[in-house]
Order: sequence, then C-alpha cells, then structure tokens
Amino acid sequence: MSGKSSAHSVVEPTPVTKRIAGAVVIIYALISMIPLFWIFITGFKSPPDSISYPPKIVFEPTLEGYCNLFTTRTRQTPDYIQSLPPATETCDEITRSRNMVIAGASNYLPRFINSVVIAFGSTFLAVALGTLTAYGFSRFRVPLADDLLFFILSTRMMPPIAVAIPIYLMYRELGLSDTALGMILLYTAINVSLAVWLLKGFIDEIPREYEEAAMIDGYTRLQAFVKVVLPQAATGIAATAIFCLIFAWNEYAFAVLLTSGSAQTAPPFIPTIIGEGGMDWPAVAAGTTIFLIPILVFTVLLRKHLLRGITFGAVRK
Amino acid sequence: MAEIRVEKLHKAFGSFTAVKESSFTVADGEFFVMLGPSGCGKTTTLRMIAGLELPTSGSITLGGEDVTFKRASERDIAFVFQLFALYPHMNVRQNIAYPLKNQGTPAAEIKTRVEETARILRISQLLDRSVTGLSSGDRQRVALGRAIVRQPMAFMMDEPLGALDTEMREVMIHELRNLHDRMGATTVYVTHDQLEAMAMADKIVVMNHGVVEQFGTPQEIYDKPASLFVADFIGSPAMNFLRFHGSARRGATAVTLGARDVPVPEIRADIAEKPLVLGVRPEHIRLVDDGAVRGKALGSEYLGTTQIVTLETPYGAVKARVPADKTVNRGETVALDFMASRLSLFDAETGKALPTVLNQGVVHG
Repeated sequence: MSGKSSAHSVVEPTPVTKRIAGAVVIIYALISMIPLFWIFITGFKSPPDSISYPPKIVFEPTLEGYCNLFTTRTRQTPDYIQSLPPATETCDEITRSRNMVIAGASNYLPRFINSVVIAFGSTFLAVALGTLTAYGFSRFRVPLADDLLFFILSTRMMPPIAVAIPIYLMYRELGLSDTALGMILLYTAINVSLAVWLLKGFIDEIPREYEEAAMIDGYTRLQAFVKVVLPQAATGIAATAIFCLIFAWNEYAFAVLLTSGSAQTAPPFIPTIIGEGGMDWPAVAAGTTIFLIPILVFTVLLRKHLLRGITFGAVRK
Repeated sequence: MAEIRVEKLHKAFGSFTAVKESSFTVADGEFFVMLGPSGCGKTTTLRMIAGLELPTSGSITLGGEDVTFKRASERDIAFVFQLFALYPHMNVRQNIAYPLKNQGTPAAEIKTRVEETARILRISQLLDRSVTGLSSGDRQRVALGRAIVRQPMAFMMDEPLGALDTEMREVMIHELRNLHDRMGATTVYVTHDQLEAMAMADKIVVMNHGVVEQFGTPQEIYDKPASLFVADFIGSPAMNFLRFHGSARRGATAVTLGARDVPVPEIRADIAEKPLVLGVRPEHIRLVDDGAVRGKALGSEYLGTTQIVTLETPYGAVKARVPADKTVNRGETVALDFMASRLSLFDAETGKALPTVLNQGVVHG
C-alpha cells in the first residue's frame, strides 16, 4: 500500500466497484425488459407491421390491436359499410377500414374480471389462513409441530399438475368445474403452504413481548393479535401476498383444464385470440399488456414492504 | 396495592422442570427482587405471577384473591419487559395510553393521566415522538410509564435495566427505587445482577435450577448465605471456600483445619466426619504474622481504598480484601486471620449451610 492512496474501508465497496455493479444491474434490467417492451409496442402495431420482416421498430401506431381485443367483428361488403352512417368512434373507423363491422364485445373483459376475482380472492384467503396458522405454529406449543409443518411444505414438493386429473374428476363430481369458487379454493390450497412458511418466519421475528404487553394491558389474545401482531407483520403479509398473487394470476395449466366458460381466467383466454380471424398478434400483445398491469400496480404499491420482505432476515434490526 | 403469595409453585415444560415447588410471600408495598443466574426459573416465576404462563401446580394469591389460572388481562398487574416491548407503530403518548384505552377511560382523563405520568418520569417533552427514535433510557421510562399509568395492584419487572449501559443503569436504579417509594406499590423485580438486587431490594429471593435457595433481606443474604450457591453468587469478589474434612459437636466454637483450630460461630448441630467447606468473605480476612492458615501471595489488585490480595493456601486460592496501604510482596508467605463471628460452614455434599449462631432463622428454599 502506498502512503498516497487514500484509506478506504475493507467492507464498503469502492466507488469504482459500485459503478460497475450499477452498470451490470442496469444492463440486466434492460435485457429483461426487451420482451416486455416488444409486447408493449406490438400492441400498437397494425397486423401487417406486427409480422413484417425485418421487424419494425419505427411504425405508425394504431389502436387496432386494442379494438380487436375488446370486440368481435363480422366481415361485410364495402357497399354495406358505405351505406352506414359515419363512424363516431375510433374503433368503428378502424374496423370499417378492414371491411368489417363490430358485432359485439369480446370475452376479454369478463375473463379479465374472472382473473381479478380468482387471483385476489385466493390470495386473500391464502394469506388470511396462512397468517393465523403461522401465528399458531409460532406462538403455541403445537403437538408434532415440526411434522405438521413439514407436511404442509410437502404439498409443494410434487408438481401440482401431477394431481390435475384427480382434481379434474373431483371437481366434476362436486360441481366445482368452471366456477370461480372452485378456482379460488384450488389456488388457495396451493398457496397456503407457501404462505404458512413465509409468514411463520416473519411472525417468529416479532418479539412475543408485544402481545404479552398488550395482554397485560388488558387485551385478549385475539385483540393483541389484531392490534399489535398484524401491524408488525404487515411487511411479511405484503410480501407473501405478492408471491401468492403472482402465482394465482399467472397460473395456466389448471386454468386450462378446469375452466372453459364462465369462470375462465385471462391466461387460457389470451391464446384463443389468435384463432379469431388470422394471426392477430397486436390483439394478443394488447391483451398481455393489460394483463400485466394489475401485478405491476400491486407490486409498485407494496414495493417498500416487498424489498424489506425479501431481504428479510439478512440484517438484524 | 397488594400482597402476593406464591405457594408450592411448580412449572414443567415437557420433561424440563423450570420451577420446583417454590414458595415465598411478597408483602404489600415491598420491593421484591428475584435473583439468580439465567435459566434459574426466576423469569418463569414472574411470568406465572403475571399470568403469561400457567403453572403446572401450586397457587398464586394476589391481594387475597386466587389468580393462579386467571388470564393476564384479568389480573391487575403491570409488566415491564427487558426489551421494553413498546408498540413500535404507536407514539409515546399512544403507548402510555394503551392500557387505559382498553378500560374505557374517558379521553379527557386519559390525557391528564398520561401527562401526569410523563411528568413523574420527566418525559413530557417526548409525548408526541415516535418510540423508535428514543434512547434506551427514554424507552425504559416510556415502558415504566405504560406500567404506572393504570395504577395496578403490583408491578412485575423482568430485567428492566438489562438493555441499558452501565451509566444509565445506575441512574435508573435510583429512579426506580424512588418511583417505588413514591408510589408504594408492590414490585417484583427479576435480575441476574446482584448489585442491582442489593441496591434496590427490600427482600431478595435467590433461585437456582428452579429452586428457591434463600429468601431474605439483602443483609441476610449477604451475611448468612443458606447455601454454597448463594454464598458464591452474592458478593464480589465471591466468598472464599476452604475445603477440608472435619466433624463438630453441637456447641463447638471452632473447627479443625490441618491440626489447628479455627474459631467459628457456635455450631448448633452434631456434624459427623465428612467433607466440609469454610466460607470466608474477602473482607473478613486480616493478613497477620501467625495463624491457622498460611498462604503465599500471588498478586494484588489495587482498588484505591482497599486491595484484593490473592493467596495460595493448602485449601485453595483465597482472596483477601485488605487496606490499600498494607504492603504485600509477591511470593511472600503470610498468615490469615479470619473474623470468627462472620464465618459460614457448609456441608460440601449437599451444599447447605450448617446451622450456627450466625445463621439462625435463615429461610431455606
């Protein structure tokens, strides 16, 4: 070491290291975002632009993909279209330029709503059940606690699709096929084990003294749980909720198998758009873009908690 | 304000016994300290009194009412935790007010009582601060505030000063004792620090391995230890133990160490020949020219007014507290003279003190 070089800490990264690390992260983020960017711009391309080769980065944006996503259309003769009163809405205009008229609303919106109901419903249930279960395991002497916890975890050890056929038959018998309730129960069952394990870790970290202080202060255990433990566990609950929501929102295999009509979620629906009138990639891309938004919003809203949640345990408070 | 009576209290966690058949009484208004090393069952006992644990057997009476199996929320007891346990999502005022809110106290009264409490503890200026930014001393005051605001029958304190630094701890020892004297409430205080116990307690119960070793005033515990454990645990440096084989008759006033008699307080029982221990506090040793026990000086620690001289004797190393101006050269051999009236005798096998005039009336566990 030369006397001239300024002293620096051995544990803190140097400015150069920090810059290199930052650059690596930025490059990685950019690479990860290319597919998302591609989907986003494809949603605003016309169908010919979307399949042109070489791929177009500069193009004339159109809402055709979004119009096609939300509507069903029928082909008409140019004469018939001429005879109609002038188009009032953008989508009418675009559709007519393709020699078609809007016949009605597509199934995208109801399927999207199904996704919202099922994903948020199952997330709420899984987190609620998971919090109570985790609290029980964390605070009480449960007989065979370790075995029970292992059993809960073991439900995650095989690929869920391995039980797809039995579940399919069972659901048919029970009348749960193609119902929102059935899908909520299924996703809750799959997520609750993850929720119990994650939340047990978080609740173990909350000192018992908080509840004990509340009980000494005259509150029942349930009141102490609601007023003292839950606010403390908010970070863990938020992180767990995001993990559960992402799973339930993206789940495809069971959705294909168990839903076909009224309870169908967006993931199995989006590919079916391709079939309606040729390869309509802009409509598929539009559907995917909108599908991404709720998770994005949810994650951004809870990002503070999420960051603390996933780095949890790394640093003692 | 209430008397707390603990009778044959027993607590087992599976095959582990945390507290064994313990009995003691905390008088109304007393500052009562449970003292012992970690894992001795003192905290478990405290938690059972507060209702945070249920005993396996035995009974707890609070102000004449049997509360053994009552919920914590139904006992009129406040608890101060070692790590304060302030609700982190509330500010100081809300923390102190929390016990009152549950009792349905009118908002105006909560406000006056919280402010009165804050004034007593000198934390009025902190009332609207978040608890997360406070110093540990202030957090401790808030925790105390939460305890005293509801004027409970008794206070439980579980090593409340354990998380403070030495300086703050000394300040808080005085504040706690003053607060106690001012409120006159029965206080049960758990600590493993003998200095804290000695400084604050009216009564001390010393516990070890779930058993009450001794129960008495600080002076009794120090001067008349009921067992080797208590003798060793209390006092710094600890009591010296001279191990020897011997016997004694009821009424004897000396024991024989290596052919020479050492005067002791009058023995009140016949003792058959067996391994015994003579307990001598460092300050009860004088260094003289001739005596029953001789030792070679190994070194000395200078403490200002006194010094601690370590000597090697045939009965093991002995520490003596002697005036600082006495010159003791390393390697010099001197004789030890013990203050006869202050010596303790123990049975080396059971660890119990043997009955003498000195320890009459001492309460064993």
